[in-house]
Amino acid sequence: MPLLKIDRLSRSFGPTRALAETSLELESGEIVALMGANGAGKSTLVNILSGALEADSGQIIFGGSPYKARSPAEAGRAGIVTVHQSTDRVGAPGLTVADAVLLNRYADRSAPFFVSRRTVRRQAREILTEAGFDLPLDLDFADLSAADRQLVAIARAVARKASVLILDEPTASISGPESERLYRILKRLRGEGMAILYISHRTADLQALADRVVVMRGGQVVGNFHRPVDFEKAIEAMIGRPLRSARPDIRKAAGGPIFEMRNAALLPGAAPFGFEVHAGEVVAISGVLGAGKSRLLSAIFGDKRLAGGTMYLDGRPYAPGSVREAIDAGVYMAAEDRHRSSLMPADWPGNSLAATISMPHLSTWFPSGFLLGRREQTEAERAIHRLGIRASGPNAAMASLSGGNQQKVILGRWNAEPSRLLLLDEPFQGVDVGARHDIIAAIRANSERATLIATSDPEEALEVADRILFIDHHTLKPATFSPVSAPTYEAAAG
Amino acid sequence: MTPIDHQTSAQTPALSAGALSISFDRLRTLVRTGAVFILLAAMIVGFSIAQPAFINLANQMSILQAVSVVAILGTGVTVTLAVGGFDLSIGAVAASSVMAASYAMIVWGLNAPLTVPLVLAFGAIVGLFNAFLIVKLRVPDLLATLAVMFLLSGLQLIPTAGRSISSGLILPDGSTATGSYDPAFLLIGRSALFGVVPVPVVVMLLVALALYILTEHTRIGRLLFATGGNEVATRLAGASVPRLKTLAYVLSGTLASLGGVIVAARVGRGDVSSGGSLLMDAVAASLIGFAVLGLRRPNVFGTIVGAVFVGILLNGLTMLNAPYYTQDFVKGAVLVGALALTYGLGRNTR
Repeated sequence: MPLLKIDRLSRSFGPTRALAETSLELESGEIVALMGANGAGKSTLVNILSGALEADSGQIIFGGSPYKARSPAEAGRAGIVTVHQSTDRVGAPGLTVADAVLLNRYADRSAPFFVSRRTVRRQAREILTEAGFDLPLDLDFADLSAADRQLVAIARAVARKASVLILDEPTASISGPESERLYRILKRLRGEGMAILYISHRTADLQALADRVVVMRGGQVVGNFHRPVDFEKAIEAMIGRPLRSARPDIRKAAGGPIFEMRNAALLPGAAPFGFEVHAGEVVAISGVLGAGKSRLLSAIFGDKRLAGGTMYLDGRPYAPGSVREAIDAGVYMAAEDRHRSSLMPADWPGNSLAATISMPHLSTWFPSGFLLGRREQTEAERAIHRLGIRASGPNAAMASLSGGNQQKVILGRWNAEPSRLLLLDEPFQGVDVGARHDIIAAIRANSERATLIATSDPEEALEVADRILFIDHHTLKPATFSPVSAPTYEAAAG
Repeated sequence: MTPIDHQTSAQTPALSAGALSISFDRLRTLVRTGAVFILLAAMIVGFSIAQPAFINLANQMSILQAVSVVAILGTGVTVTLAVGGFDLSIGAVAASSVMAASYAMIVWGLNAPLTVPLVLAFGAIVGLFNAFLIVKLRVPDLLATLAVMFLLSGLQLIPTAGRSISSGLILPDGSTATGSYDPAFLLIGRSALFGVVPVPVVVMLLVALALYILTEHTRIGRLLFATGGNEVATRLAGASVPRLKTLAYVLSGTLASLGGVIVAARVGRGDVSSGGSLLMDAVAASLIGFAVLGLRRPNVFGTIVGAVFVGILLNGLTMLNAPYYTQDFVKGAVLVGALALTYGLGRNTR
């Protein structure tokens, strides 16, 4: 009898089936790694287990009886605790670490109404000792590293006598030695009989920890690999095709490089690396969340500084001091999460399709400073036509567009003026398959400039790029391709 | 609020049951976008019937003159709201500007052509200082401008040791000030264009026009709103958010000191207590402006309408012998009504 038995669980969001009769079993004292590309259904599954979502159909048997949590608190009481990827919600700035450790006790009223610093410290120390950690109790939570915040969350889970611990990309934002420490802790908890469901793309994690790897794709479990795990097979199951498939329209790099980076360090102390991108080439940078993809792109776009190294654009040294300088040099970037990075709120000036496209080009298109003439409208009409954007017209509100069409507008913005290097950070976030196809075609249609795409999804990288670079812990892995060969996905990126 | 009720009850029975929900939506949009104008018209008609002197051109001009300072300050508030900030110091800037103008003329003996630029520069410098606190030191806008408000309320008392400034002022060192208000300066507050339109109203209209064009029809205006809408997106589109915010606070400070100049020119002396309600009134005008045309965002046109709306209401009520102490209550009620209209009705239509 398994500890946790998930039986044909389904859940839809509108027309999208996020989970399609997923079944999965979990025993006590085992670490199961859950793998899957974006949209495979991992988060939906975790959210149902942790009580944040309800399933449409199917059932979960936990410890021999049916289980249905209506809130994370309820799931926690039953013994299923989730440690989320972003650990800043574990506590709050201004709370001490001891307070953060006891936070859920304050909330569920098991702590007395009046608390003294002494009892808080004592209880927090007891909890941390029980979990086997040593953390500075009086430190402000805001000053705690991401890895230590995770430990606070895990300690709370141990204190609640959780029998199932779910970890969502736990090593995404922590360093190598910190990961090692986490591995030791998780193995000890496994030895004490805890069942751990571990979500990660990082092969190093999986090799070090997983007793079993479960692969999800399209809302279903498509693979179940026992130790020793064949990771190449697992990744093939994850992306649903053989690894070394060549693109039909693969392009060879021609001429000199448009953009080059030498001895670059993204963070002080990170290993230096270098790479180059040629005209007409589409290069994907793949790596887990927090590996440094966005930082790399932001540094090229002048929004962050390199810790070291030099960049060259068209053979000349290039060191943008601001986003404006980068744009003026012909380096454009569509940043990750379009709502946060590119769009205006609904009902706010600049929320129309045309204004969204024109925003970085206002000074070029309206040199007088006054918004006169039809330039904005005609540029928007051109983008609508070229990219097949489905909208009521140039004045359509961005909020009225679907995710895919919004992303096309963002691409249209940076296609509106010629560029040397286009940087796209997670350009397929919240984009349906059809629109993704259009966007890839539009990206690849331009042979003048070089394109650099950051994506955490290897499947997307394979689909869009001529070649793929891997980034881990803020360093590009040595490239193992020749520009002429088909794109390769190196499974052992860790 | 009777006009709305009246209109609703007049139209609803005529609707067939099937079209009811659609027409109701449309009606709600109409009410949301036009409500302020409907109320404005109803007020003017109502007051004119109750008190025929209300509709006199002279009375209309006096209403506009009374709201001109609030409207000018309100446009400044609008600009800071557009960049997602808030300037609480404008009332204190206006009050200090009254003192500064009086001090410049009465103590230093300056004339109008020197005093006005000096006072406007003072406002701009306060704006720069606000921007320095907010942009460079990253002090939250409300706190920074609240502190500056405090600072200025105290600063304006220091040069005269807390006395109001008028001709023959005895200075803290015992000497007597020799200067007086420049008659040309007083014309700003006391004369009228063609003998009909008071100069403050002309200034208000020019400011309104300039700021309307700036905010709605220029590149800078687009970027000012972009800063308030999504700072990250504005930065990533290559605009300088610190510069845009600085511009907004400098504009706000300068406009507040312009308001102070008008007050000084009207009053003809530097009262320590002047400008007490200017901040609240200007903020109210700006927020009532959200409801005008149902835009649900700061906008210069709405701010002017908002200021005029409050001015007409107060003037009319005064003519109907409403006691002066009810004024703040009336303003508050209008503001609550406008915000409820903006957000309450707005949310339902989404």
